[in-house]
Amino acid sequence: MAELTWKSTGDRRRSTRAWRVRGSAVTVAVIVLAVLLVPPLVQLDEQAVDLAAKLRQPSLAHPFGTDDVGRDLLLRCVYGLRVSLLVGVVAAVVATVIGTAVGAAAAASGGWFDRVVMRVVDLFSSVPHLLLGIFIVAMFSPGVWPVVVSVGLTHWLSTARIVRSEVLSLRSRPYVDAAISGGASRLRVAVRHLLPGVLPQAGLAAVLMVPHAIWHESALSFLGLGLPTHQASLGTLVQSSRGPLLAGDWWPTLFPGLCMVIATLAIAGLAGAWRERLNPRRRSELML
Amino acid sequence: MARMTARRALFAVPVLLAVTFGVFAVAAASPFDPVKAYAGNAGLTASQETLDQLRANLGVDQPLVTRWWEWLSHAVTGDLGDSAVLRQPVAQVIGERLGWSVLLAAVAFGVAIVLGTVLGVLAARRQGGWFDRGVSSLAYTLEAAPPFWLGLLAMWLFALKLGVLPAGGLTDTGSATVTFEQVARHLVLPAAVLAISQIPWFVLYVRQGVADALEEDPVRGARARGLAARTVLLGHALRSGLLPVLTLIGSRVPELITGALLVETVFSWPGIAAATVQAATSVDFPLLAALTVLATIAVLLGNLLSDLLYGLADPRVGFDG
Repeated sequence: MAELTWKSTGDRRRSTRAWRVRGSAVTVAVIVLAVLLVPPLVQLDEQAVDLAAKLRQPSLAHPFGTDDVGRDLLLRCVYGLRVSLLVGVVAAVVATVIGTAVGAAAAASGGWFDRVVMRVVDLFSSVPHLLLGIFIVAMFSPGVWPVVVSVGLTHWLSTARIVRSEVLSLRSRPYVDAAISGGASRLRVAVRHLLPGVLPQAGLAAVLMVPHAIWHESALSFLGLGLPTHQASLGTLVQSSRGPLLAGDWWPTLFPGLCMVIATLAIAGLAGAWRERLNPRRRSELML
Repeated sequence: MARMTARRALFAVPVLLAVTFGVFAVAAASPFDPVKAYAGNAGLTASQETLDQLRANLGVDQPLVTRWWEWLSHAVTGDLGDSAVLRQPVAQVIGERLGWSVLLAAVAFGVAIVLGTVLGVLAARRQGGWFDRGVSSLAYTLEAAPPFWLGLLAMWLFALKLGVLPAGGLTDTGSATVTFEQVARHLVLPAAVLAISQIPWFVLYVRQGVADALEEDPVRGARARGLAARTVLLGHALRSGLLPVLTLIGSRVPELITGALLVETVFSWPGIAAATVQAATSVDFPLLAALTVLATIAVLLGNLLSDLLYGLADPRVGFDG
């Protein structure tokens, strides 16, 4: 076993971290521009079936290849990312709003209400998210909205915990005491003094939630319980690639998943940099 | 220890009551109609009288709390109702499949814990070194990769391209008996994929824990006393660095169940997952309800296990939590 080294590797780590953040920012920008601009500008039909060109290997004409009915997979992936990101962002916003409201209400009222609410949060965390999601989607029939609702309803727990502890720590700050003794109303204290302190944490939680939500949507879609198969999302693309894969064609499976990995890493990389600025003392290498 | 286990078991009762009630409440709020589900296509042509009769027979006209209590009192005696889609009692469906799911999850979890700890320690030994950076980057990437995608790619590579491992199922097609050798061969791919999907968390936690521990005073003291690097790393740093991992074991159980659900689906493993997906696509309420409760029990057991381990490993923590 080699000698343990004790020399500082700080400089090198700081510079690789800076490059990681820059890379993430560029990737997120490219993805957002692609999903916003490609559909209106390119005017290609992602559903255009071309049976003569089915299951083509990746080439210059089709960088990601074509699927089993000859649709261009690069275009399908862009549309899939668009749907997945949309579902992810909406679900993350829903979850963050619920979590912030619950966490803030619990911390602000304290006492038995706080205890009951946090017990409910513990309770919800005892059920595996995906299973709860499957249950909700099954009961309300698959589709975009049940997926958004099920992801939103299962992911607010961590936000509620974060917001609660943040409000609790803010409430004991001197400036809040000063505002209260100065005669500010409860509402004014909440809106002017507590909310601005909580928003960055809640925003960070929301950004970190987006990859989770995308992951969830794709898992539900992969199980056949999410979006309808003709609707390209990263999950449905992987789901519908199972047939070609069994025949030995790897590209319809590889590229949608790769899009998801890259998007997740980029979003998490940006969020990680943001978290370091917010909580510089609790530096963590853990991203998600 | 026994006291803590008993206390947790007592705490589990209200949790399970609430979860089952929540399941019934969601079902009641949804547009799902058990009568139509039970009658199937025949329900489209049946007269209103027949449907009403069926409604009364199934007890659907009862209020939510009554139905929940009815289900609960039967469940306590082991009668979980009948699965409409699999045409079997729910208890039998679960009994036949649970063992295979537990086998897969336990093997994968064991591999993930052992391999994750080893890689994490090796990475923490020289933070910022090439091994550390390689392992960490790989861990981040795997953290972002969905298990079903990894499973499909692994299936393509090992079963289709290289032909070294079977692509799915429990035994070879056409083989009627389940032999140990066949199950072991069929277990390799799904267990490996499930383990790989869980490893990143263990690697990153162990790495962080051991790296933090290397900066602590006892470790510095041990080094100052001139102990061998290996003794310091394994005897001092790893011991305190492992503590957060024990908590992680408990908190990863829900993710393990989620991962197993997806991996089982990819590899047609005859466990709980296939039943869950079938139950969900055909809205088989009794089966879904039982599976949700089962998963909750597994999560509670995982939490208990991790707290017990923590109490055993760290004498500062008692068993009175």
